[in-house]
Amino acid sequence: MPSRRRLLLSAGLLPLAIAAGRRAGADDADDPWPDIKASLFADRPIQDGAGILALEAPKRAYDAAIVPITVTAAIAQSDARYIQAVHLIVDKNPAPVAGVFHFTVESGTATFATRVRVNEYTNIRAIAEMNDGALFMAAAFVKAAGGCSAPALKDAEKAMASLGKMKLKAPDSVILDRPNQAQLLISHPNFSGMQFDQISRNYIPAHFVQDIRIRYADRVIMTVEGNISLSEDPTVYFSFVPHGPGEIAVDVTDSEGMKFSQAWPVSPVPAS
Amino acid sequence: MHGGAVQQTGTSRRALCCGTLTALCCLPALRAQAALLADQPLALAEVAPGIHVSQGVHAEATADNLGAIANIAFIVGSAGVAVLDSGGCALWGRRLREAIGRVTPLPVRYLVNSHVHPDHIFGNAAFRADTPEIIGHAKLAAALAARGAFYLDKVKAALGPLAAGTEVVPPTRAVADRLEIDLGGRTLRLQAHPTAHTDNDLSVLDLATGTLLPADLLFMQRTPAIDGSLNGWLAAIDALRRIPAARVVPGHGPTVADWPAALDAQDRYLRRLRDDVRAVLKAGGTMEQAVDSAGRSEQGQWRLFDDYNPRNVVTAFAELEWE
Repeated sequence: MPSRRRLLLSAGLLPLAIAAGRRAGADDADDPWPDIKASLFADRPIQDGAGILALEAPKRAYDAAIVPITVTAAIAQSDARYIQAVHLIVDKNPAPVAGVFHFTVESGTATFATRVRVNEYTNIRAIAEMNDGALFMAAAFVKAAGGCSAPALKDAEKAMASLGKMKLKAPDSVILDRPNQAQLLISHPNFSGMQFDQISRNYIPAHFVQDIRIRYADRVIMTVEGNISLSEDPTVYFSFVPHGPGEIAVDVTDSEGMKFSQAWPVSPVPAS
Repeated sequence: MHGGAVQQTGTSRRALCCGTLTALCCLPALRAQAALLADQPLALAEVAPGIHVSQGVHAEATADNLGAIANIAFIVGSAGVAVLDSGGCALWGRRLREAIGRVTPLPVRYLVNSHVHPDHIFGNAAFRADTPEIIGHAKLAAALAARGAFYLDKVKAALGPLAAGTEVVPPTRAVADRLEIDLGGRTLRLQAHPTAHTDNDLSVLDLATGTLLPADLLFMQRTPAIDGSLNGWLAAIDALRRIPAARVVPGHGPTVADWPAALDAQDRYLRRLRDDVRAVLKAGGTMEQAVDSAGRSEQGQWRLFDDYNPRNVVTAFAELEWE
């Protein structure tokens, strides 16, 4: 994968990357988007997302550390034309690329939802990359602050004990040959590295979910490259099209190299 | 009380010129403010013999209220005093200490911190000279380590130079389950709770008068703020209900209330929240849908409802979706 994108995804290096970009032009100081755009997409044109995707976010978040985002694809995935990835950007976060969500035709639809941390009032953008490389963007402005440094872990002991456990929520009846929506929950503190430990006088190290791979019947449905901008207990709502019985299999790797895997059997029924 | 809700003021000239250092140019202004506060001694209610309560206001922490938004109590025995929480900044902690001194010459032997939230712990520095035992839940120290710097920044942003001297002062003694302390013929029973309002809640029972001081395990009038576990808090309410206390001092609300009736409104609110969120989850609804609808029937019953209920719904949803 492009090394520049991995650079931007790496929480530790990003402030340097953005700061370097900002020094280049005084009027860029307030708006990080031009630098982010250039770093991710060079001079590729980005068209308005109308007709391709829509982004929903709360105008004012009630909890800056848990901001629900829904990206709705307006087109179905087909062999001829499909959304291969959606880049979710929170412009003013220290790590602005909250996640890159990769899809296949097997996804049925690239509609997905997740929850992010928002550190200050900002634009949030979803940029769909088509199978032919065309780029389309939907954006929304969110008022929230402090999401990346906010106190984590309401129950610290429980969180660490269940680190890596997952839950899958799927409909009672999964329908054959149609897109079905499911939700994956991963218990993980997703430490941002931005909380200062008063006693040790060190920052609590970043420890976050980095890769999520979701397969159905051994075919990849969705992969997610994540970082600290995803909320504690990262969750993703996703779509899959079963053509027969199988397992939803999830593999997760985090920034410490810890790996978690879990699978859930699915018995889809024909549409009635 | 939810630590994340401290409000930014910062428009005073003092705040602009001083930041967090007490610069020489600002000392006269600070002294004037301190003098003004001294002219108005802390109002105390003696809710039972030897139990004095300072009532918190139902507001966010600001320079005007010095972060005194929680109920703070102290209990006087024949040999010493236990201070139950210390307020939202060192300056207010000093007011509390002066108020204790006007009530009794006995030393402050114990400073009990009921939980990690800033409106309960940030007056601790004012009691340094008394060298009390500072007692908290066994998980308080870790919570303070993780959150203290964040909360301190918030208090400094809200109070400006009035936050001078405010520090994170950790506990010296931990309660894993139960601890009894003696104030001189007066025993206080301290109980550590499983995760409820926070993961480090400590309640106090004064055996002499049967007065229960559960701190933020009990909110009255002000919207309860969930910063631990909704299910855990409901379980804690059931456990507290079994204590045969004569009266209760809630963490927010009136200085004293009837027991166990005082629990009923909070119990009803938290159950309503739980049931409403579970209904949304069962119907396959999203967090956004839950925020719009859950708990709405309780709106007229609580202060600061629109500030705290939606956030409670987010917390409850993130907890209950694992059920």
